Amino acid sequence: MMAWLGGVLLMLGLLFFLAGSFGVLRFPDVFSRLHAVTKADTLGLGFIVLGLGVLQQDWQRFLLMLLIWGLVMLSGTISCQLLGQYGRDQTRDHEESAE
Amino acid sequence: MSGDFWFDALLGVLLLVLALATIQARQLAAAVMLYVVFGLMLALAWARLGAADLALAEAAIGAGLTGALLFSALARQPKSITPPVRAGKMAPLAALMLCISMGTVLGWTLWQLPLQPAHSQLPAALEQLGSSGTEHLVTAVLLNFRAWDTLLELLVLLLALLGTRLVAAPEPAALQHWPLARQWSIRLLPLLVLVAFFVLWRGATAPGGAFQAGALLAAALVVLRLNGQLPMLSFGAWWVRALILAGVLAFLLAGLLSLWLNWQPEQAVQWLSWPLPLAKGLILLIELCATLAIGLTLTLLVVGERKELTA
Repeated sequence: MMAWLGGVLLMLGLLFFLAGSFGVLRFPDVFSRLHAVTKADTLGLGFIVLGLGVLQQDWQRFLLMLLIWGLVMLSGTISCQLLGQYGRDQTRDHEESAE
Repeated sequence: MSGDFWFDALLGVLLLVLALATIQARQLAAAVMLYVVFGLMLALAWARLGAADLALAEAAIGAGLTGALLFSALARQPKSITPPVRAGKMAPLAALMLCISMGTVLGWTLWQLPLQPAHSQLPAALEQLGSSGTEHLVTAVLLNFRAWDTLLELLVLLLALLGTRLVAAPEPAALQHWPLARQWSIRLLPLLVLVAFFVLWRGATAPGGAFQAGALLAAALVVLRLNGQLPMLSFGAWWVRALILAGVLAFLLAGLLSLWLNWQPEQAVQWLSWPLPLAKGLILLIELCATLAIGLTLTLLVVGERKELTA
């Protein structure tokens, strides 16, 4: 039962990573690509951490993985914001020079 | 075939593809990014081989700091680089010949290497582990059995820094200061310092040690410096020079001290062999000093202060 639950959670996580990768490859501009790739980081990794936690049933390791997930989320959010700001400045400069 | 085999095979192929893609990339920025990804995958490969020390060092130095170094070099490039003058017709042929002969020599050398060395020194090293002052074999090799190599590595790092100080790099483009990045780097600082010293302390019993800890410290310093939150790390300041030399100096002093303590008339003396009761303390002292030295040296290599020279 637990093995099934863990497997399903892992598959869900992988699905988000796959969708995020496709998004980076297929979406047209910086902002929608960032949207896609940060979903993979937060939700994908979250589901994988949950799945591994269910499979391992070792609360110490689970807490450690949760901590890693939190750090990845924080750095992902912040680098997403920074890249977004950079992208906005770049497009604005581009439009100004085109006018 | 087991899942492990396919994972490792995929990893190997991915490494080759990434290496080729790095060389072939049209844009320098893309090449640097691919190189960082290559470093991370290489760290994964080391971890798969059970070499956690190397994996940590590769991820921190190979992927992290070298990536930052290459990006900061890229930021100093002029906007458009003129393509190099096309070489003569014979040049590709000569390059091809050189590649083929190098490849042959390397391949032949690799072929000669036995997979299981007949005269492995591992059992002997494991036997002496008890008298090395540390419980982790890699640390024992790095700082006791082969301390000489590590001392020379620290000297190489020092020479690299002195070498880069002779190169006149152009000024970097004006840095943009983003409030978000500054807030984040300040929040990250205590965590990085904590993890760095944890990795250093853990080196006595498990993978970790001075190089990995130094790289983490350097990461914290580089982020702070690039965000303009640290004053210029001027080479003229005495404490900068002292910290850069700290690793080599601690090594030499420990070596001299143990020479003096081990001294017995009419007996061959061994350079850099620690007396047993002092071994743990000496190793810890050297590692601490080396961590600070490596951290600051790597920071200066990446940040590359320029203003102090022109001023």
